[in-house]
Amino acid sequence: MPRRSAGGYDLVAIALHWTIAVLILGLLVLGFIMTRRSIDPALQFSLFQWHKSFGMLALLMAAVRLVRSLTAVRVKPVEGLSALERRTAHAMHYLLLTLAVVVPVAGWMIASASPLEIPTFAFNLVVIPHLPVPKSEAAEMWWTTVHAVLAYSTLALVFLHSAAALYHHYVRHDDVLTRMLGSRYRTVKTSIEEPEP
Amino acid sequence: MTRKTAVIAAMLLTMSLPQASFSAVDVPSLAEAAGRYAITPGSRIAFAVDQVGGGGIKGKFGKFSGTFNLKAGDLAHSMVNFDLKPESVSTGQDRIDAFLRSGAVFDSSRFETISFRSERVEQTGPDSARITGTLTAKGHSSSEIFDVKLTSWNGRKIGFKVSGKIYRSRYAMDVGTPIYSNVVQFDMVIEGERS
Ligand code: HEM
Repeated sequence: MPRRSAGGYDLVAIALHWTIAVLILGLLVLGFIMTRRSIDPALQFSLFQWHKSFGMLALLMAAVRLVRSLTAVRVKPVEGLSALERRTAHAMHYLLLTLAVVVPVAGWMIASASPLEIPTFAFNLVVIPHLPVPKSEAAEMWWTTVHAVLAYSTLALVFLHSAAALYHHYVRHDDVLTRMLGSRYRTVKTSIEEPEP
Repeated sequence: MTRKTAVIAAMLLTMSLPQASFSAVDVPSLAEAAGRYAITPGSRIAFAVDQVGGGGIKGKFGKFSGTFNLKAGDLAHSMVNFDLKPESVSTGQDRIDAFLRSGAVFDSSRFETISFRSERVEQTGPDSARITGTLTAKGHSSSEIFDVKLTSWNGRKIGFKVSGKIYRSRYAMDVGTPIYSNVVQFDMVIEGERS
């Protein structure tokens, strides 16, 4: 599909990027804490429910973003990147876009396959139905492992991704990070070319 | 109801008992059924908690004991004492049982017994009554009402269907609301044997 290309991210893309980033990091911390053995059972129950609620919100936003990045304008890479850098960045971005959808779907599978049939009542407002899969303890355990492995792998990739962004900003002094921060933060170059009236 | 009218009502109800005959079981006259009974292990203490979106948790308690005393001339002062061990809860899911026993719900290692002590009994029909009493669980006591319906009687054993709705929040057990209802619906079959 031929797509219009653009030199930067629109406001929606920027908002989605940072909201999803905060949600994913929060969910990782929450997911880690709530699965500790020593935790109080009542607190654990409630943390699981918050995790499922925010996880569903993350899934919704990540799905919107994945569809947008496959169909909306194509954002051109920043000038001055090598072919290898472009290809690696592109691969990393699509991997993260995909994981942001797959990780919560795996979480949804845990809730759906569990014989405990604990409802997902997002923010105590909407009942999210279970996916139509057979219920068994074995299936629940399998999806728990998949969810955990993919979630922590995502965290590792997020570190690489952030490290690369910081490297571009502080070492290469290009626009890679700033164009995801919004126009206010654009580097000096822009203000020289387009002086404020 | 004032105390006086309650007494009169109880008297009227007990007087009208023997004539009534439109129930499933042959309703024994109170004089005939009067006496002390021990609750047998054949009784069934089942409960259900609804969950949002349909379904819920169904379970039962395996360990319990109790006695009741039917007073012929004074049904209102009949007595029921009932104790159950929350440790013996079973829902068919080990993880749910463990959660129910934990400090989140029954805290059964600290509060070993849940007890019910009746305060008064009101007859509500030829074979039915309403029992008001104090339920104590997890260190909290509250007044609760159970509806009782006679289901069997053979001169030695007497059977009742007992149902009631208990609000978990009164006993600091309302974890999981509103996903799980605050209301626990009890549906019990109580069998008493003369003692
Ligand atoms: C981007 C979204 C999500 C992230 C980053 C995430 C992350 C995590 C992490 C790090 C854990 C702990 C794994 C462990 O140490 O064992 C976890 C556990 C869990 N997550 Fe998620 N999660 C997300 C979405 C969801 C969703 C949408 C659901 C369900 C609706 C969900 C359900 C669960 C459950 C039930 C567990 C506990 C599994 C267990 O140990 O029994 N998660 N999640």
